[in-house]
Order: sequence, then structure tokens, then C-alpha cells
Amino acid sequence: MEIFKQTNFDFLGKKWPFIIMSLVLTAAGLVSLALKGGPRYGIDFTGGALMDINFIKRPPAEAIRSALHKKIPGDIEVQEVREAGHSQEVLISTGVRNETVQGVREDIVSALNQGFNPGAGAQLDINSATQATLADRLRDPLQRAGVALSDEQLQSLAKGIVDYREAHSGLVASLDQLSGVPGLTPQVLTVLKQECFTGSFAVRRVEIVGPKIGADLRQQAVNVVLIALGAMLVYIAFRFEWIYGVAAVIAVFHDTIITIGLFSIFNKQIDLTVIAALLTLVGYSMNDTIVTFDRIRENLRLQRRGSFREIVNASINQTLSRTVLTSGLTFLTAISLFLFGGPVLNGFSFALVVGIIIGTYSSIFIASPILVFWQDVAEGRRRGARPPAGDNRLRTVPKMAKTAK
Amino acid sequence: MKRHLRFKFFLIVAVILVCIYGIIGIPKSKADLVANWEKNIRLGLDLRGGTYLVVQVEQQDAFNQQASSDADRLKEVARKAGVQFSDIGVDEAKTLKDATKSAIEIKGVPTTQAGALRGIVNDQFTTWLLTPTNATDYRLTMRPTEALKFWQGVLAQTKNTIEKKINSLGLSEATVQQRREDADSELLVQLPGVDDPARVKQILQTAAVLEEYDVRGGPYQSREEALGQNGGILPAGTRIIGNSGMDSSGRGGGYYLASRTPVVRGPDLRDARAEQGQMPGAWNTWFALSQDAAKRFSAYTGSHIGQRLAIVLDGKVLEAPVIRGQISDNGVIEGAPTEQDAADLALNLKAGSLPASVQYEQEDTVGPSLGADSIRDGFAAGIAGVLAVIAAMLIYYKKSGINATLALILNAVILIACLSYFDAVLTLPGIAGIILTIGMAVDSNVLIFERIREELRTGKAVIPAVDTGFNKALLTIIDTHVTTVVSCAILFLFGSGPVKGFAVTLVIGLVANVFTAIFVSKFIFDWELTRPKPVRVLSI
Repeated sequence: MEIFKQTNFDFLGKKWPFIIMSLVLTAAGLVSLALKGGPRYGIDFTGGALMDINFIKRPPAEAIRSALHKKIPGDIEVQEVREAGHSQEVLISTGVRNETVQGVREDIVSALNQGFNPGAGAQLDINSATQATLADRLRDPLQRAGVALSDEQLQSLAKGIVDYREAHSGLVASLDQLSGVPGLTPQVLTVLKQECFTGSFAVRRVEIVGPKIGADLRQQAVNVVLIALGAMLVYIAFRFEWIYGVAAVIAVFHDTIITIGLFSIFNKQIDLTVIAALLTLVGYSMNDTIVTFDRIRENLRLQRRGSFREIVNASINQTLSRTVLTSGLTFLTAISLFLFGGPVLNGFSFALVVGIIIGTYSSIFIASPILVFWQDVAEGRRRGARPPAGDNRLRTVPKMAKTAK
Repeated sequence: MKRHLRFKFFLIVAVILVCIYGIIGIPKSKADLVANWEKNIRLGLDLRGGTYLVVQVEQQDAFNQQASSDADRLKEVARKAGVQFSDIGVDEAKTLKDATKSAIEIKGVPTTQAGALRGIVNDQFTTWLLTPTNATDYRLTMRPTEALKFWQGVLAQTKNTIEKKINSLGLSEATVQQRREDADSELLVQLPGVDDPARVKQILQTAAVLEEYDVRGGPYQSREEALGQNGGILPAGTRIIGNSGMDSSGRGGGYYLASRTPVVRGPDLRDARAEQGQMPGAWNTWFALSQDAAKRFSAYTGSHIGQRLAIVLDGKVLEAPVIRGQISDNGVIEGAPTEQDAADLALNLKAGSLPASVQYEQEDTVGPSLGADSIRDGFAAGIAGVLAVIAAMLIYYKKSGINATLALILNAVILIACLSYFDAVLTLPGIAGIILTIGMAVDSNVLIFERIREELRTGKAVIPAVDTGFNKALLTIIDTHVTTVVSCAILFLFGSGPVKGFAVTLVIGLVANVFTAIFVSKFIFDWELTRPKPVRVLSI
């Protein structure tokens, strides 16, 4: 099966609609960034607290927010998780200051307890108990009820209950559910019902970043991206010629800007994993561009006829099949990550899905036209200085003389 | 030709065997296999659940303390040497950034004695640098090399103490390390399996400095009363210690006039443990002194019978009992509300005190259920991605697609084996790296196959077409891979945490990919094409 046999599209002739589209996307992204006052950074970069709470039955976001407001000053954001399999989860985020890094987790949990576990009294919340507290709590009541358990048996019972809970997204909806746990006889269950209740939520993840580290990480991320771009420019300039490096870096810069813009438009957070994704798509788009450049270099050696522009166009056509196929297949892996990868990887896979599309067309419609444009400028300059021009391709023939047999 | 291929064949088989051994060892049973897998593939905190804490060491505390104790020493030495001064004090560093600027200020030294002062400092305070601020005043700052040494020492000691505390909590897998090379006041504490770090945090932060002071007067209700009772000025070598909250039996507080230097201090402790008190439900912390301290303590208690001794924990007076007889080497701190509190105090006493206080900068806790979910999600995404890619390759490249699929699977196996051999930790971004490697691996195959097709289109025979296709694609593959490796190297060098894990997996995957896509895939083609029955048409 083949999609493209021997195509001869005039890509360079049709570049304008795509360049305009790129400009529109870039402008839209920049406008959105300007209106929203910069990218929406995740707490890794701003500092703050983020908690992933799983409810047995998710209360409305507004109710959660108002419960929290009683204890936590400042902005509180409650976001409902929408991924499949996480339908009862919410993400709670709030800012922290140096002094509040310490206790913010405890404050949020106690506010939620007040709001959503009313009348808990002296009973133990089975959805937040650790193995040790559960075992301690049950020891005496079990003895009183006439259930003789050795300490080992007691620990393994507690472990069984905790393991069961963790295997069920961290929540036990009702104590009767536990009857399958080994060692949990009806007698034990009765004691368990006296001593414990099922709290309405469980803390699945807590991330607290102090403001200092946040600023640190942000600076670091920007540095990493810039250094990585610089290193790639140097490498390509070394393998081809400097204008190739510049063209490739402009193309991936274009991809990065548009992706960040789209993050702003879709109101998605940029955190450390998104930075990793941005770098991946930089590498990926670079890949694409290099494959095309490689072909241009090869054709410049072989083909003696035709203008530079025609050679570039032919090279794009020759690699088109590969470009489309690879992009398509990589897109498949990225989209499966987006669909099945869960909420933690959501930002990451979103960046990849968007980036692969943009990265693919940027190597055709951004990087290659820059080469042609530069060639035209160089040629015009030379003609002005010393007509008539000799081999007008010479300037842009890359250094590497070695071609495959 | 055939011999050449046989060599390649054995090489490939050897690589596969080494990889499989790296992943599952030599399992004797099914349970063994699972156990080996779990041992070799180490999961990061985000996948198995656990807590990750970043702690900032407040270096300025240690510097100020050092300056203050050296200032005290200097006062004594100067007095003995007959050097006059009006005051020796400490200009404390307020922030971490200024920690090394903590200085000792010497005021009012007559110009005639400047030489004597300089002599003392040069002989006995070699870590300090003396600079005059005006005719009679001087300033001691720590020499830069010494300050650096001291800084490193504080960091190392803090790390050590935190390790000790964590180990005594039974968290054997926990690790403490410097967060980044350039962040020399931050420690990273990783606690696998801990999903509620409240207790650990509390324990790490408690200094637990136990001191016992010789009481010269008191108890008093307030600091003012203590001062007033002593005629408004403190007698030489004494200080007022204490806090409010004394109960009727004279416990839990009160103010005392006490000796300046303690009789017993933290490092004098040899052992500590929780023990049941006399009342049911009451818990005490028992402690024992080291040999040296015990001798000192017993001599002191023997000669001070009838006087009070103040037991001070973290600057708070716990009690000030009257010495009833000679005490040799152990004591008891009473009144812990629960067994755990008593045990925690014992733990802290044993581990010793931190040289400087610590602040929490970052906390990241992943519950075990979320970790399990993430593994499941990542696995599902990986399988779905691989299946989709394999299906597409088989449809598009027919039999050659099988070749690509084999290379792809081998690529994944090598990647996982390398992670195991390098003791790398598999994290969620790492899984993303693996999935991306699969995408890149596919690209190599596509590049090669498209080239072969092009060559076939020009009318070349099968064998030369395959050879040329591989050769031409090789150059491109090297270029693309090196570029990505370059960016990964930057990520690894300058990135942190998740970004690093991602870079490592991607680089390993790319290297493995060059091997599978070029070497293994070419081998499979050659094997197929050199069979006795010549192949006229390539299924591609």
C-alpha cells in the first residue's frame, strides 16, 4: 500500500496560506497570553499547593470551595477532573507563602473534614487511616468483643483492609464492601462498624511548592529550553550550514510559541511535564526538518539542473510519504497517551498532539521557505556586486561532501 | 556472506539473552519471575506512592550560633590576657543569603592593645579574619575558605541527622540527598510508601536539644520577677531561662536563674527510649548519659544535693526538680501524652539535634492508589499506541512490516533491560519517554522502507535496492538521532526530577533504536534475501 507514489506538489508556491495561518495562530496565542497576563503556570512554577481529592460522590465545586474558604485565605481553585475513570475527583489548588508551606495540607484536609464528614464524632475514618492507626484502633475493641487476634493477625487484617482500599482508588464506599478481605469475619465487621466510618473523600496526591523553589524551577525551565535550542542550532550549523540551523531553529521556535499560545487559549496549565513535552516536540519537529534538509543536501549534490527553489520543492515531495507516515504513526502514540494516559499526563500529551501537527507543517512551510528566501537574498546581493553569477547554488551547498553510494 | 550473517545472528541472540536476563533474571518459577521483575524494574515515587520533600537548611542559624559561641570564648580569652574591651557581640545574619556574613563585633579596645588582640585572634581564632572598623572597634568575619568548609559541614551534619531520624522510624528505603549541585542548602528527602508525611515532617523539624542547667535561683513567675529578685542585674555566668505555664506543682515552666553553661547537653546522651510510666496510660522517655558526662553529672549531683536542676528541652523548661541524691547516668522525662510521643522524643534525642533549623520548601505526595492508577493508565496508553503502530506498519508495508515490528519489540526490550542494568527508576515521564521512543523507532523504519521503495521504483534489483536504501537512510537517521540526543543531554544536565527521567529513557531508547533499526532490521532483510530461492519481488 502506498499513499503518495511520486508526487509533485508545488509546496513553495502554496506557502502563503500556511504562513498566514501560522501568523494567525501565533497572533491568537499572543493575544490570549497578553489578555491573561502570561502563561498559566502550574504550581511547580508559581509555588502553591495542589491536592487531588477523590470523593465517593463528588460534591459541586462551589460547595467544596465554600467549605475551604472557612479555613484557607486567598484564592482557591476547585477543578473537576473529567478523564474517564476519574469522574469523582477534584483538583484543589491554592497559593502558599513561605509561612504556610508547612501546614497547608493539614488545613485543607481539616476544612474538607468539617465540610464533608460532619458528625464523624470519635470514629476513625477508614478512608484516611494508615495500617498502623487502624490496627491500634481495633486492638482493644476486638479483644473486648471476644475476637482473639495475635498482633501479627491484627496487622495483616489492617493491611488487608488498607490494600483493598488502595486497589479501589483509595476509597471504601461502605464498610460492608470489606467482607471479602481475608480475616474479616462478621464479628470483626461489627467491631469495625462501631469504631470506623467511611469518610467521603481520600487524598490521592499532594503537591506543595514553596515560592522560592517555584521561581527557581521556572528560571531553570526557560534556561533549559534556550540552551537546548542553541545546542541544536550549533549542531545543525556544523552538519549543514548555518542558515540551515537558523531555519530549523526558527521553525521549532514557531512550534513552541504556537503550542504555548494554544495552552493559553485552552486555559491549560504549563508545568514541568509540559516543559518536557515541549522539548520533545522541539526534538520531533527538528527531526522532521532535518530529514527534509538531508534530502535537499543530497539532491544538491546529485541534481545539477533546476533552480534551488525547484530542488527544495522536489526534496519535500520525495520525503512527503515518510513525513506523513511518521507523523501519522507518532500521532497515534501521542493520541493514545492523550486518551488513555490519565489526568497526570494530560498536559503532556496535549502538547504532543498539538505539537506533532504543527511540527510537521512547519518543516515544510516554514523551514524550507526560509532557505529559499535566504538563497534569493544572497543571489540578489551577489548579482548586484559581481554579475553574472556563477553557480548560484554554491553558497548554500552544505559542507558535508559525503553522500551515500 | 553467510558466515558474516551467522556472526550477526549470534550477536543479536546474545543481546536478546542479556536483555531478558537483565529484566527477569533466571526465574525458577512463576512467582520468581514476578519477584525478579519487581526487583529489577524500580518504580519512582509517582508510580509506587510515597513522599518527596525538599528541605531548606537555614544555614544562618549555624553561623550565628558559631559566632556567638566564639564571641563568648573570645571574651574569656581576652579577659584572661588582660585585653580591655567595652563589648563583644554578634552581628547576626538574618537571611540564608547572608549566612556567611555573620560577624563578631569587638568594641572599645584601646589602641595600645590592638597588637595583643590581633595576636589572640591569629593564634586561637584562626577561622576568623580581623578587620578594624575604626580606631577602637573591630570586626571578625569568617575567612571565605573556612566559611565554605563550615557551610559544607552544616549541610553534611544536617543530612546525617535527618538520615538517622528517618532510619530510626524504620523507613529503610528512604533517601536523603542534596537536591541539586548548585542548591547547596537544599536537601531532598524521598520517602517511598509514606503517604501521610505529617509525623515525619514533625520529627525532622524537632530539634530536641536536651540540656540540664544548674539552678541558682527561682522559680519565679516572670522574667521581670527573676531580674528583680536579683537586684536588677544578672550575676556573672548566669542567665534567666524558662517560660510561662508553670503548674501548681512547679512543672511545665517557670523562670529560673541558671548557670550560663549547661551541666549536660545534647551530645552527652548515649541512649533513649520510651517506657511506661507509673500511672496507667502515662508514658515517659528514659535517657542515659555517655560515660564522660555520667562522671561529670554524678560529681555535680553529689555536691549539689538540695538544689534544683532545670531540665530544658528545645529552650523550654520541662521541670526543675530538687536533687535528692547523687544521680549517675540516667534520667526520665515524664508526661508524654501517648506512647508515640514518648517514642518520638526518644528518637529525636538519640539522633541528635540539627545544627540549623530546617524549612519545608516543597512536598509531593502520591497516594499508592493514584500510583497504581498511573501505572494502569500508562500501560494502557502504551499498549494501545504499540498495537496501533504495529497494525499500521503491517497494513502499509506488508511482510516488511513484520520486520519493523520485530525491531520495535526488541527496541522496547533493550530499553527496559537498560533501565534495569543502570538502576534507573521508572517514573511517569519515563513511561512517556518509552512511548515516544516507540514513535521514533517507527520513524527510522519508515525512513528506511521509503528509501527502499524509491530505489525499487528506479528499477533496481531487490538486493541493491535494500542496500542503497539502508545506506542512504543511515545518514538521515544519525542526524535526527544525534540532534535529539543533544537536546536530551541538555535536559539531563540542566533539568530536574521528572524532566531528567524523561531524558534518560529517551536517550537509551534512541541508542537502542539505532541498533534495532539499522543492524537488526538489515540483518532480517539479508537473511531473507540470501536464502537459496532468490527473492524477485520484495514485499514492502
